[in-house]
Amino acid sequence: MEVHLTVNGMARRADVDPRAALLDLLRDTFGLTGAKRGCERGECGACTVLVDGRPALSCLTLAVASGGRSVTTIEGLGQGNRLHPVQQAFIDHDALQCGFCTPGQILCAVACLAAGRAGSDGEVREWMSGNLCRCAAYPQIVAAVRSVAAAAR
Amino acid sequence: MKRVSRRDFIKVTAAVGGGLLVTINLSACRDQAGAGGTGKPADPSIFVRINPDNSIIVTIPKSEMGQGVRTSLAMLVAEELDADWNQVRAELASYDLKYGDMGTGGSSSVRQNWVPLRTAGATLRAMLVAAAAKEWGVDPTECTTDSSFVHHANGDRKLHYGALAAKAAALPVPSGVALKPRAEWKLMGKDRVGIDVGPITHGTAQYGLDVKVPGMLYASIERTTVFGGTVKSFDKTAALAVPGVKNVVEIKGVGIGVTVHPGVAVVATNTWAAMKGRKALSIQWEPGPHAAESTEAYLATMRGAVEKKGAETVNTKGDPDAVLAKAGKVLSGVFETPFLSHATMEPMNCTASFKDGRIELWSPTQFPDMATAEVAKALGLKPDRVKVNLTLMGGGFGRRINPDFSVEAALVSKAIGQPVKVVWTREDDLRHDFYRPCSVHRIDASLGADGMPEAWRHRVSTPSIDVSYQEKPPEGGWGPNETDGSANMSYRILNRSAEYTLLASGVPRGWWRAVSTTHGMFAVESMIDDLAAAAGKDPVEYRLALIDGVWWKQPPDFPEYPFKAERLKGVLQLAADKAGWGKPLPKGHAMGVACGYDHLSYAAEVFEVSVVNDRLRIHRVVCAADAGPVVNPNGARAQLEGGITMGLSAALKERITIKGGGVAQRNFDSYSLLRINEAPVVIETYFVETDTMPTGFGEPAVPPVAAGLANAIFRATGKRLRSLPLDIKMA
Repeated sequence: MEVHLTVNGMARRADVDPRAALLDLLRDTFGLTGAKRGCERGECGACTVLVDGRPALSCLTLAVASGGRSVTTIEGLGQGNRLHPVQQAFIDHDALQCGFCTPGQILCAVACLAAGRAGSDGEVREWMSGNLCRCAAYPQIVAAVRSVAAAAR
Repeated sequence: MKRVSRRDFIKVTAAVGGGLLVTINLSACRDQAGAGGTGKPADPSIFVRINPDNSIIVTIPKSEMGQGVRTSLAMLVAEELDADWNQVRAELASYDLKYGDMGTGGSSSVRQNWVPLRTAGATLRAMLVAAAAKEWGVDPTECTTDSSFVHHANGDRKLHYGALAAKAAALPVPSGVALKPRAEWKLMGKDRVGIDVGPITHGTAQYGLDVKVPGMLYASIERTTVFGGTVKSFDKTAALAVPGVKNVVEIKGVGIGVTVHPGVAVVATNTWAAMKGRKALSIQWEPGPHAAESTEAYLATMRGAVEKKGAETVNTKGDPDAVLAKAGKVLSGVFETPFLSHATMEPMNCTASFKDGRIELWSPTQFPDMATAEVAKALGLKPDRVKVNLTLMGGGFGRRINPDFSVEAALVSKAIGQPVKVVWTREDDLRHDFYRPCSVHRIDASLGADGMPEAWRHRVSTPSIDVSYQEKPPEGGWGPNETDGSANMSYRILNRSAEYTLLASGVPRGWWRAVSTTHGMFAVESMIDDLAAAAGKDPVEYRLALIDGVWWKQPPDFPEYPFKAERLKGVLQLAADKAGWGKPLPKGHAMGVACGYDHLSYAAEVFEVSVVNDRLRIHRVVCAADAGPVVNPNGARAQLEGGITMGLSAALKERITIKGGGVAQRNFDSYSLLRINEAPVVIETYFVETDTMPTGFGEPAVPPVAAGLANAIFRATGKRLRSLPLDIKMA
């Protein structure tokens, strides 16, 4: 099936199997490997992208269902060489160890901030609970998200 | 000031394109890698390059899996070099035979590189100073260095390292260059965030899973889910009919030392098609010799084994059997732990390209040298026909020591004659791990009139890790490696023994962060807490009174890092002090403690918990650790925090169960990990920086966790939990 969508601000088209996941389209076809394959059933959050600004698990999202929508991946989050404030906060707070879950964490955090749900550490911990980090950079992730929330106020 | 004379393994040459290249041959300072030693070390090298633009690149033959090895090793060089940290970059080396033993494990990277890398930095600095002094016609002693500049003492002249590099390269390499005393450190000992993490936050960093090579196909493999099973026959017709599927090939197993499971690989133009084709396979399996094995059967066997004398007596002092036989009261505890999976966030994978009798791999491996050797063996090639490129790794924790996923990808590529990436699903990863062994421990002890232990008999039964890698036991039997944390127990007890009985099992075992101490220390630290309670003594005071190195059997590989009782006491005292041990707590709160020695480092942890309506809350975790001087406190804290949280995840949630000879769990729904909303809100970490050679922080925070938490629950509820995961729900 043919699908037309916007990825990181650019119009894209592709032929996909009707049951293929958005994650496969992004990684294999478009070469956008920032979204990670961690569990393929929405348990780990490593594949999180933004679809029309809302967080989506791209492993459970059908590629065809993304037709006509605007998808933002980690590669398209910053403006050119300028990092998004959440990306910068993750660097400044050392909010990663191996970094495999980081793109998903960052996009989930962007959505958390946009939803106005970063008012307390507890709120951030609840909002981010779908994103696993086996290295457990959890304290630093909370600090990074909270720092961006504080700067925005 | 320490003087080192190591000019033999520092070579300085002019670099192509200007600048200077230093090659540091590490073999002279090398000791055996910790977990998974791969035999004789050869000649690993580290490269430092100073470019004309003043940038400095340190090429590190170690695997980065989140432990921050790029940052800490680059800091060792940069400190002595007096480099501008902002201009230092770290690159991972591709594996080359000339690197020899390049394995990353056993919390060993800083320990192994502490002397050679600082010596290299200091030597290089001396050469840059000599080059500047020659340029200016002054004596080198009139020159100082700072932030990648050489200054002349009168302050009117300075040159940056990039401008001096080519000239320095022509000078002789000095020997016996002095290293900085700690008081002169500028970089080390201060917090640094991870070096070169920009590409990770951009999403452009390349993990194994992200590798793409020209003409590459994707493979998904249906492996036997019964350990030891084989493929009897298979029908590939339906799989080949799936659009995009190009090929279906059988993978014969590779046995002990590698453990590639027999299976059938479906090769396609994309991941989706490969997985769809795999589902369409029809395979008849031969179940093999382990098909009846189960967790229940293992438990019954191990429980029986610890009721009688162990097959091997690993360590014995005095006559514990006689003392226990005469004792008025014997205290006993049986402790049980399950198999655990590493569950790295990035599932196993490897890309391989076989062409013209050579194979190139892109592998997220902790041990590229082992991967090279085993790929060569499996393909019948000479090792110099195998090239392993290292990628970033989405977690390791010991899983990626194993060469199985590299060998498997190599076999597929050779079979199809094309480049291929073998992608593991989460299910594949959880069901084909090298698991932390299950175990049953039984400890019997008696107390003297003073309440201190008189006798201690510790019986352990687990399937040995070594059995997965070698057919014959190492010298001294299977027991010594399995009783790490049990036999080398740090308490002064006049009559004691550690006995071991092997459990036969078809489940592959491997090194899970901190390895055998993760279960040994759970038993020992829980039992010692019970003894303190029986004696009516404070658990911290009780331990401080008993800690003694006198019965410690020195780890033979590391005579230069002897166990020191005062260091274990030091971390215990610091953790207790910082936690406010003994001071009044909020109503319903209680504290538990555990301490221990793992991978040559010392850690103590205090857990403050409450249990309301049978629901556990962890209010605070306080950890003190001593691994000697701390290179990067920020990175060391991250390792301790990560170790504690991984330990808690195992203590509260993780369990692999075996049913019908295979793993019952499938994904994160049935093998759940601790999430951010469940992790402790407060983890405090403190360092005791004993002035000695540094060891490592990757592992030692893990083993005390389960016992420390169980001890806190005991203090809060009076209930002693002796099985992992602990039978308690979180609030």
